[in-house]
Amino acid sequence: MEVVNIEKMSKTYVMGQVVLYALREVDLSISQGQYVAIMGPSGSGKSTLLNLLGCLDKPTAGNYFLNSQDVSSLDDSELSKIRGKEIGFIFQSYNLIAQLNVMENIELPMFYQGYSPSDSSARAEELAVMVGLGERTRHKPSELSGGQQQRVAIARALANDPVVLLADEPTGNLDSASGAEILEILDELHARNKTLIVVTHDESIAARAQRTIHLLDGKIDRDELN
Amino acid sequence: MNIFALKGTVKLGLKSLWMHRLRSTLTTLGIVFGVASVIAMLAIGAGASREAQAAIARLGSTNLIVETVKPPQQQELTGQTQFVTSYGLTYTDAESIRNTLPGVEVAVPVREMNADARHLIRQAAVKVIGTVPWYTEIAPIHLVAGRFLSSTDEHRELAVCVIDEQLGPRLFAYEDPIGMYVRISDSYYCVVGIVSAGSDVTSGGTSSTEDAASRSGVAGNIYIPLSASKSRFSNMVGNFGTSGRSFEIVELHKIIVKVPSNNEVLPTHQVLDTLLKRLHDKQDFRIIVPLELLREAERTTRIFSIVLGSIAAISLIVGGIGIMNIMLATVSERTREIGIRRALGARKRDIVAQFLAETLLLTFLGGIIGIFLGSFIPFFVTKFAHMATVTTFSSLMLAFGISGIIGLTFGLYPAWHAANMNPIESLRHE
Repeated sequence: MEVVNIEKMSKTYVMGQVVLYALREVDLSISQGQYVAIMGPSGSGKSTLLNLLGCLDKPTAGNYFLNSQDVSSLDDSELSKIRGKEIGFIFQSYNLIAQLNVMENIELPMFYQGYSPSDSSARAEELAVMVGLGERTRHKPSELSGGQQQRVAIARALANDPVVLLADEPTGNLDSASGAEILEILDELHARNKTLIVVTHDESIAARAQRTIHLLDGKIDRDELN
Repeated sequence: MNIFALKGTVKLGLKSLWMHRLRSTLTTLGIVFGVASVIAMLAIGAGASREAQAAIARLGSTNLIVETVKPPQQQELTGQTQFVTSYGLTYTDAESIRNTLPGVEVAVPVREMNADARHLIRQAAVKVIGTVPWYTEIAPIHLVAGRFLSSTDEHRELAVCVIDEQLGPRLFAYEDPIGMYVRISDSYYCVVGIVSAGSDVTSGGTSSTEDAASRSGVAGNIYIPLSASKSRFSNMVGNFGTSGRSFEIVELHKIIVKVPSNNEVLPTHQVLDTLLKRLHDKQDFRIIVPLELLREAERTTRIFSIVLGSIAAISLIVGGIGIMNIMLATVSERTREIGIRRALGARKRDIVAQFLAETLLLTFLGGIIGIFLGSFIPFFVTKFAHMATVTTFSSLMLAFGISGIIGLTFGLYPAWHAANMNPIESLRHE
């Protein structure tokens, strides 16, 4: 079953008189449970593709079916709902909210989906234990190491049991030991049949994925299975 | 938005405000002082209004007071000082008013004399008021003991008197004044009644009795029958000044006219003026209309309230602008947080709710502190400036409501601005 299906998707930016193509008629489908790495030099359209996949942006042309639903025609409010429910973001710089503790950060996506506090705190507790932070649920992000913060971010991304996990250089800010821990968690999620899309520069990360997509100048240059 | 979301939003707002305690406190101060000044100014305005109305109510709103005034001296014209001047209201005037003005319910003639009252070795300067028994109809007289002057007293020119409550202890140490005798310039008067102080319409103007009494150095009022005053006091009052001796003859000092209702006050005023002008060739009287004073006082109070209210409103608006400024700064400082929330599924309206909640919390907290502060200011004004103040519950609610409206008005734009930021750019924001 294909959870991501992109048909002839383009994204253009108009800079004065010039039209810049960030993505040119990209076709891409990713099936349930696949672990995909997206690679490419800067300016190749990785970030644009990630933003489109994450419903943070709308394509200029083409269609995007996420879990068989056409999301390219949805309005801002519906897109927000989809982002919260179907997509889990893992950022390079963790992006935890500083004034909230570990639990509250994990609960945030559930809060926006309208879960009751008792439901969401039970789920958050469970996720915190899963990423190995069961003892630190009352800590603030500033009291955690980079690796721990990224684990909180992963727990938060899993909160609403999304269809797709999108990770943007998840180990980019981490030392190799913490980075390895994060990659192990991602492997484990893959083993649990989660769909993972990881944008990276790192060949060793790409090597762990089942499939590597190389972007160049807004087009898919190579699409290879490992 | 469900109840969990509302609770969560409020909790989140409190958390953010607590993180920037100093900033939140300083921002709130604008609203605190705005609300406090609204309450204080409303209280002072209401107090001034009530005081003026009470003073005028003492004069009676259906009364017209005709007063004797000394006409301008004409010695420059004739080149010589008149030895005896006769002016003012007369018994004939009182008679004419009673007989010719149809709308008049009662007309009360009043004579006023300054004298010393004695009882044994005790003595006090008093104002002797010669008047008629129906004086009680034009003045809110409260009998404390005994009775007021009666028509028999008047008819028989009896030497009886009614004294002020405050005069009692001055003249009588331990005895009950009723039935005792007071000596006023060579005649003895039997005390038949005591009335409460502050019931005097004859002092005129808008000042209270206590003030008038303390100004003229008079300890109190003694009421005697008009007929008795006529036979026992001379019309003539001597002045022994630097310009030589002169005598003034004044029959009546006041005629207080009462009409049945407020509507008849102004027409009666005109007729009364015409009538008296025909009877007097000099401008030796004036007519005081408490109702007009009341209207004038109301106008003054309204202007007073508008001025004070505008100042308070301006301070609230300034406070609101301060809040808006800080909220805009907060929004731009938290751009990244907004981006994260948007990525995690927050809709625009969730972001609006979050920032609006913070602004409203700030203004509500400011409003509550302002209410406390604002309730204390009138207390100190009364204590130190001796001005009457009236703090009403509705003025507290009004001030609080205004602070809420300010919060909503000045919070909407920053919240809207936050919600409409591009999530991708916000996420990239450092």
